[in-house]
Amino acid sequence: MTPLLDLRDRALLTALEDGLPLVSRPYRMVGDQLGISEGEVITRLQRLIACGVIRRFGAVVRHRALGYTANAMVVWDIADERVDAAARTAMAFPFVTLCYRRPRREGWRYNLFCMIHGRQRATVLAQVDALRAALGIDVSDHAVLFSTRAFKQRGARYGASMTLEPA
Amino acid sequence: MDDIDRRIVNGLQGAFPIAERPFAIVADRLALSEADLIARVRKLCAEGWLSRFGPMFDADRLGGATTLAALAVPAEDFERVTALVNAHPEVAHNYAREHTLNMWFVVAAERPERIEEVLAAIEAETGLAVHAMPKQQEFFVAARFEA
Repeated sequence: MTPLLDLRDRALLTALEDGLPLVSRPYRMVGDQLGISEGEVITRLQRLIACGVIRRFGAVVRHRALGYTANAMVVWDIADERVDAAARTAMAFPFVTLCYRRPRREGWRYNLFCMIHGRQRATVLAQVDALRAALGIDVSDHAVLFSTRAFKQRGARYGASMTLEPA
Repeated sequence: MDDIDRRIVNGLQGAFPIAERPFAIVADRLALSEADLIARVRKLCAEGWLSRFGPMFDADRLGGATTLAALAVPAEDFERVTALVNAHPEVAHNYAREHTLNMWFVVAAERPERIEEVLAAIEAETGLAVHAMPKQQEFFVAARFEA
């Protein structure tokens, strides 16, 4: 579903792409920039949240600054008909921060991706083992790809680009 | 960062009030003054604990698109390829990872067709095959970090 965004919605999203003004009445300040009332800014934002265009509103942390440096993309080769059930199992583990189904590619047979962001590599590896046991997957049918460097990590950009969750 | 800052970071990763005085509402919950909360959020941004404070958008619902993509980059070529990939403004995240496919990046664009153009450009510039892995299904999104 793509909800129709009108020009004012788009102007509002653009005005907020660097963040909310950190003042007592931020929505009034944004409205003043755009020539619309505080009440209209509030109503529009509530609708954009309700329809999922804004998926979260609040503090976006730099997880590396908070010590989350053991960032693992854990990938699984799972029979296609079992992917839904496996994802449900994975979601029950609070340390799984993101979970996606993605296509297999030549030389790449893994079709379920889970992200685990942790502070210690050993802890993350133990979490992967617990997850693997719960999924009933052979060691040979998964891989753990720790990130070794983050070259670019940008917040939401509603112009050229926008991304959202640590990938 | 003190204990109050930690409570702010832990408690404010979503569901910020959309109301006339949102900081006053949150400050009340945390037993702080509105002015103190605002000053602390400013400081947390300035010191780099928070990258921003505000909305996170869903690119797909904006009519845009995102994809994850991977490259197998020869070690001696890593710096050159990194520069070429990161030069594209549509590349939002880029990580080196431990695998034959050792560079993983996210491309986000306002138009789905633009994704294809960017991936084609990266293939042409780097001479490497781009493995695009767009999400087919999203099961869970709840990245939260404890300060």
